Amino acid sequence: MSNKIPSDLKYTKSHEWVRQAENGTLEIGITDHAQSALGDLVFVEVPDVGRALSAGEACAVVESVKAASDVYSPLAGKVVANNDALSAKPELLNEDPYGAGWLFRLQGSGPLDAASFMNASAYESFLAEESK
Amino acid sequence: MAFIPHTPDDIARMLEVIGASSIEDLFDEIPKDLRAGVLNVPAPLSEMEIARLMTTRAAIDGRPLNFIGAGAYEHHIPAPVWAIATRGEFYSAYTPYQAEASQGTLQLIYEYQSMMCALTGMEVSNASLYDGASALAEACLMAVRSNRSSSSRRILMPRAVNPTYAQVAQAIAGNQDISFVPVDFDRTTGRTLLDALKPFSGQDFTALVVQQPNFFGSLEEVDALTDWAHENKIMLIAVVNPTSLALLKPPGEWGATVDGARGADIVCGEGQALGVPLSSGGPYFGFMATRMQYVRQMPGRIVGGTVDVEGRPGFTLTLQAREQHIRRSKATSNICTNQGLMVTAATIYMSLLGPRGLEAVAQASMQRTYDLVSALGKVPGVKRAFTAPHFHEAVLLLDRPPAAILAALSRRGILGGLDLSERYPELGHAMLVCATETKLDADIAAYATALADVMSASRAAA
Repeated sequence: MSNKIPSDLKYTKSHEWVRQAENGTLEIGITDHAQSALGDLVFVEVPDVGRALSAGEACAVVESVKAASDVYSPLAGKVVANNDALSAKPELLNEDPYGAGWLFRLQGSGPLDAASFMNASAYESFLAEESK
Repeated sequence: MAFIPHTPDDIARMLEVIGASSIEDLFDEIPKDLRAGVLNVPAPLSEMEIARLMTTRAAIDGRPLNFIGAGAYEHHIPAPVWAIATRGEFYSAYTPYQAEASQGTLQLIYEYQSMMCALTGMEVSNASLYDGASALAEACLMAVRSNRSSSSRRILMPRAVNPTYAQVAQAIAGNQDISFVPVDFDRTTGRTLLDALKPFSGQDFTALVVQQPNFFGSLEEVDALTDWAHENKIMLIAVVNPTSLALLKPPGEWGATVDGARGADIVCGEGQALGVPLSSGGPYFGFMATRMQYVRQMPGRIVGGTVDVEGRPGFTLTLQAREQHIRRSKATSNICTNQGLMVTAATIYMSLLGPRGLEAVAQASMQRTYDLVSALGKVPGVKRAFTAPHFHEAVLLLDRPPAAILAALSRRGILGGLDLSERYPELGHAMLVCATETKLDADIAAYATALADVMSASRAAA
């Protein structure tokens, strides 16, 4: 199973990743592990720009031929951008989950609390634990 | 031999495995005060006793001449419809698990969907829903999921929509934080007028429901209503009678073209008129169709055409990922019972009649109703309530309460119509009447004579 875990990102237990982007915004997507577990995606639904999200709120849906799963916002904030390209090419998420397959950008309502996320090595151990 | 799959032994073993002491334990989470308690029902009967009982009861009902519509319609059902539908290959109420192993069933549903798309003028239909009323409730929930320009969760529900449908929508969607705002009808025409909608212009509403023909049988000015909705970024939910679509403009073509698209956004309704008998109210089936852009928000199953690994055409369940067995509580529907057998009958009915046959049924039903309204309108103390053109139903006003008149007609073997005075007290002594192609000239004449007798007897008694 594909399992890339870039060291510069933060991770959640529900397999989202968070990247510090420009202007203090946060870019959010799902991990290589998550896309690989879902299989070939056929549809991705991203939150509308301007939508206010609370931490842990289901805000996007990734759908493969076998399953549709929610993506949860890792923290509270307002959606400032979404990845429109996914509506025509959901496979971008399979091919490049940490790049072209990003889901949305958030203006966090507070500072990013690093302690509430896992770093790459913690996420790697988490995956190892989960697969036992 | 008892045809019961679980023996007491089986049940005891299953309970042991899951650690429950009785079946009753499984319902623990339902509060005691919501339980039905001991049901007061008679002891079981043998097959022979049941047959005797039902024959006796059927004789009490008699074979009344029926002029009641109001959502369920008595049409002639050609004999082959149920002869074919009850063949072993079709005679199962559900799409099978491992659905793709039953290509014939899937092909039938695919043909059904194609026919419903052709009738409604929409791009995609599901494999059916439970009934017309719950299909409207589902359409309301779907509109809330689909209309990205609206956050109000408010839906405009004209009072000219079948009140039972409005009640069911309220019961299902009302408990999901969706509110319904009534829109009045015009007392003269029996229509939902644009003027009644104008006070809502510029406000945030998720959807407008338009029933065509409406509950009173009147034909709404659907183009104007649709355009008003779209100008206000409101989705248009059409509730339609499938028989009428053989004559009327399909909802997919309502209104002007905006951004290359036109027509209703979601179409739903009751499918019973297509080959399903009245059967005291069910089983019937609901239908729903929409545009491709909303397909992922549509509840229920969809059968798609595909090819197998060798390139041969076949059928498959598609877009299943949002159904209950995968999405659980987040599925796009909370009722997606596929009324498979009723859909089978409807598909056979539509295939046998074809577009021209269905048009003949619609034309005859409409003509019969015009004849009926004209005959009854000549009876002293009876007049038409509304001026708008109608399809196969119309409202009549009597000069006294309809209840006693309808009861007297019923004693003479005529079900004369539906008393509207409780649902619509502002209309006065109103009743809704319907005739379909099943009513002959003699039937209509018999009703008119009986009504004249009953009215004059009641006048003499007063």
